[in-house]
Amino acid sequence: MKQDFKILGTRPIRPDGLEKVTGKAMFGADKSATGMLHARILRSPHAHAEIVSIDTSKAEALAGVKAVITGADFDEVENRWTRYTMQNCMAQGRALYDGHAVAAVAATSKKIAAEALKLIEVEYKTLPHVTDVDEAMRPGAPLVHEGVKGRKLGDDVSGNTVGYYSFGHGDIEAGFTKADKVIERNFKTAATHQGYIEPQACLADLGADGRGELWCSTQGHYMVREVCSEILGIDASQLRVTASEIGGGFGGKTTVFIEPVALKLSQKSGKPVKLVMSREEVFRATGPTMSASMDVKIGMDKNGKITAGHAKLRYQGGAFPYNMVMMGAMSAFACYDLENVQSEGWDVMTNRPKMISYRAPGAPMATYGVESVIDELCQKLGLDPIEVRLKNAAREGSKSSYGPTYKAIGLVEALEAAKAHPHYAAPLPANTGRGVACGFWFNFGGQVSVSMAINTDGTVNLIEGNPDIGGSRASISMMAAEALGIPFERVRTIVGDTASVGFSDVTDGSRVTFAVGIATINAAKAAIKELCKRAAMIWEIDAEAVEWVDGAAQPTGHNAGNFPPMSLAEIAATSGKTGGPIAGHHEGAPDKAGVSFGVHLVDVEVDPETGFTSIKRYTAFQDVGKAIHPAYVEGQIQGGAVQGIGWALSEEYIYGEDGRLQNPGFLDYRIPVASDLPMIDAVIIEVPNPGHPYGVRGCGETAIVPPLAAISNGVAQAIGKRLFELPMSPPKILKAL
Amino acid sequence: MARVVIFGSLRAFTDGVERMEISASNTRELLKKLSERHPALAEVIEAGVSLAIDGEVYKDAWFTPIGSNSEVVVMPLMVGG
Amino acid sequence: MSKIHVNSTINGDTVEFLCEADETLLDVLRDRLNLTGAKEGCGTGDCGACSVTINGRLVASCLVLGAEAEGSEIETVEGIGAPDALHPLQRQLLEHAALQCGICTPGIIVAAKALLVQNPDPSEEDVRYWLAGNLCRCTGYDKIIRAVLAAAAEMRGENP
Ligand code: FES
Ligand code: FES
Repeated sequence: MKQDFKILGTRPIRPDGLEKVTGKAMFGADKSATGMLHARILRSPHAHAEIVSIDTSKAEALAGVKAVITGADFDEVENRWTRYTMQNCMAQGRALYDGHAVAAVAATSKKIAAEALKLIEVEYKTLPHVTDVDEAMRPGAPLVHEGVKGRKLGDDVSGNTVGYYSFGHGDIEAGFTKADKVIERNFKTAATHQGYIEPQACLADLGADGRGELWCSTQGHYMVREVCSEILGIDASQLRVTASEIGGGFGGKTTVFIEPVALKLSQKSGKPVKLVMSREEVFRATGPTMSASMDVKIGMDKNGKITAGHAKLRYQGGAFPYNMVMMGAMSAFACYDLENVQSEGWDVMTNRPKMISYRAPGAPMATYGVESVIDELCQKLGLDPIEVRLKNAAREGSKSSYGPTYKAIGLVEALEAAKAHPHYAAPLPANTGRGVACGFWFNFGGQVSVSMAINTDGTVNLIEGNPDIGGSRASISMMAAEALGIPFERVRTIVGDTASVGFSDVTDGSRVTFAVGIATINAAKAAIKELCKRAAMIWEIDAEAVEWVDGAAQPTGHNAGNFPPMSLAEIAATSGKTGGPIAGHHEGAPDKAGVSFGVHLVDVEVDPETGFTSIKRYTAFQDVGKAIHPAYVEGQIQGGAVQGIGWALSEEYIYGEDGRLQNPGFLDYRIPVASDLPMIDAVIIEVPNPGHPYGVRGCGETAIVPPLAAISNGVAQAIGKRLFELPMSPPKILKAL
Repeated sequence: MARVVIFGSLRAFTDGVERMEISASNTRELLKKLSERHPALAEVIEAGVSLAIDGEVYKDAWFTPIGSNSEVVVMPLMVGG
Repeated sequence: MSKIHVNSTINGDTVEFLCEADETLLDVLRDRLNLTGAKEGCGTGDCGACSVTINGRLVASCLVLGAEAEGSEIETVEGIGAPDALHPLQRQLLEHAALQCGICTPGIIVAAKALLVQNPDPSEEDVRYWLAGNLCRCTGYDKIIRAVLAAAAEMRGENP
């Protein structure tokens, strides 16, 4: 593996930076078209209701209204999963949650569109609803859908239970008998929202000929193209999707909510249609993450060795079938090398918005349960929480609780770094507690396409297909420059639209730096091969006698002759005369992304009067394999940690008896603000991933996994009592006190 | 022969069988033979599974080579985030 | 409905526009004047993405009516920094890698600039409280706070 880098590990200014600090960057809602209409969506006020009838005639009659659509405007979609996606964008027959779309309008102004919504008459017949996971799973609960119960599930669970997963090995009962102490606890976590600051937005233009243009804020414009073309029954080639700059996603923009609606309105009206969600709509109708109810039981001997672990996870994922508890079950015990372990999970539907991925989906809540019980065992047995974790930590060769045996991983290194850090030894004032927790995320590879062109002035253009969500154009340009041996500034990377470069999977699973990186390195290799060939032609020697060193071709071997190195720019300058343009491309589906572990240390102070918890100090350690652009890696770690802080302390979806969301706004759904926080120290650990030429692992997701437990463990120490429910809002803490 | 481990809840589709040996040179061949041996698993495999071959996790690509002494863990399909 | 005729100065230029009586300044800027630097993150005054200044006063433009701009001087992110020389805040945000997605960045720049006019030497706590109305979901604020402090030091003529 390459170890000495010229560009990787430096901190250049990102190529899209200037546009973003001057207000020029074009996000989803920033684009307009001539003759454009504005769209609005009408949403169900009921948690569950039959849509008896919808009368749109008065809305259609309003001057300025150009199209009105309902679920009836969409044809049957064959693929079951695409059908769920479509019916989540626009209800058919029943409204399944508060905020579910039931009709949409396109009009010549925002104001007229809003007026028109009021003129649509919907007759509902309300149906029984359920929003709590344990209630929804109980036999006899109101069913969100019939006939989708998971296979091989018994009568002890309701038809809302759509999936069951189990992982593990060994004999947990035997393991528990070997323990000196066994603790079993029940935990609950609230649903939280990704909270991206940019609401979903798109601009759609679809003609009667089936040709369309779609501009939208998404984590995957190829995904948008596939889903929308399937829903609208048009050819994928005819729908060109361009990803705007994206104002945050965190998993929340890995599906469609509004794009099929805007396309349909455009098709019906014959005009471009802009559709932008309000913040309230984002909360009510886009996907939050799952809420959870969990039982975790762990046994430990007096030396701190975990003898057995068992987790039962019940996740609530909203109004359509989904499968995400699996990731929770897989990650629950992934940090540890255990002889006896089992984790089970149930995916459950409720009358809530359909869940969608949120950063390390499924892992933070399961980890919260496991890391809390381990912490309690350490307390009860009088053991140091880091020593205990070191004793049980997974390392190279450990058989993971979810199946595979680990290659080189960096959990022990992260724990050792935490143990040695001054933070761990610093004195603790009164009312303060120090929490520690580990976390794990898989990281993904997946499909990717990259196209690289060598320009005659010695510069390089690179087109890739993954929206840049946190500086990936910078890291990809860096890897291209590193591979070619040229300065970073000579490379310009753009995110191509769906018509300009091959398919690429959604930007998720922390896969972009890894997968696009591999494709970029391979595209560079192809270009280098051609560059060497051209140099060989000019020198009139064999192509095999030329090698690429530091950005230049040079003869190698004693028969090759004695030519001075020929740079990329020199070879490119004459490319027109040596066989035409020089380029490289790569399409593939790399695997071996390399799992990543993190350890978080946090000091919390709890005000005994108000029950308010404040974060006093925070240090996050994470193995990222190789940090391409360390500043953006730190940023990922800091951002993930702070989202975890919000999850632990203040963020939650609150439903009333009526099944309606009570806090669809930033005022009452409180995400951390600057004054809530200290600096977040990010400590990068680099244990290279053997599956990547530069050692890269993903880095974006792991950091949201440990904070929930770390903070809860800190609070337990600060107040001498443990809470088993998130968020640990002041009323809950006061109650515990 | 590759040593195949059917992991966790997938065992519900193999009548509880956890370990078996299958001779296959790549993932497609292995999954095909597995489907033949355990027809209940066929639908699950069709919908997608993940494989760990000697510790490396692969999504359901067909032509990933499998060594004659490899350990292959068959798991539910992992999805992104 | 008849529209209201408004005269104002935006980023130093005289601008006349027509707007509805109930139209927000944010909508006027974005939809009528094509100044899309100010973003709508919430429309209810809770996120700060739409921050602009009116006569030097920091406001959430989603809570201000377009008609209120009459006779006022408005500054948006588009008016900050010169083509050949970024404002120190803009440069420090870039150098500190203090933006990931960048949707909050225009609001942060406008708000932080207003702070530094009032208080050229803010403490970390001052900056954190001043920016408490500007939500950023990506960065955890760490690098933003450092960038603002560095810009303040630079503007005071201190060497970093
Ligand atoms: S859009 Fe004005 S404060 Fe959020
Ligand atoms: S950088 Fe994305 S919200 Fe601040």
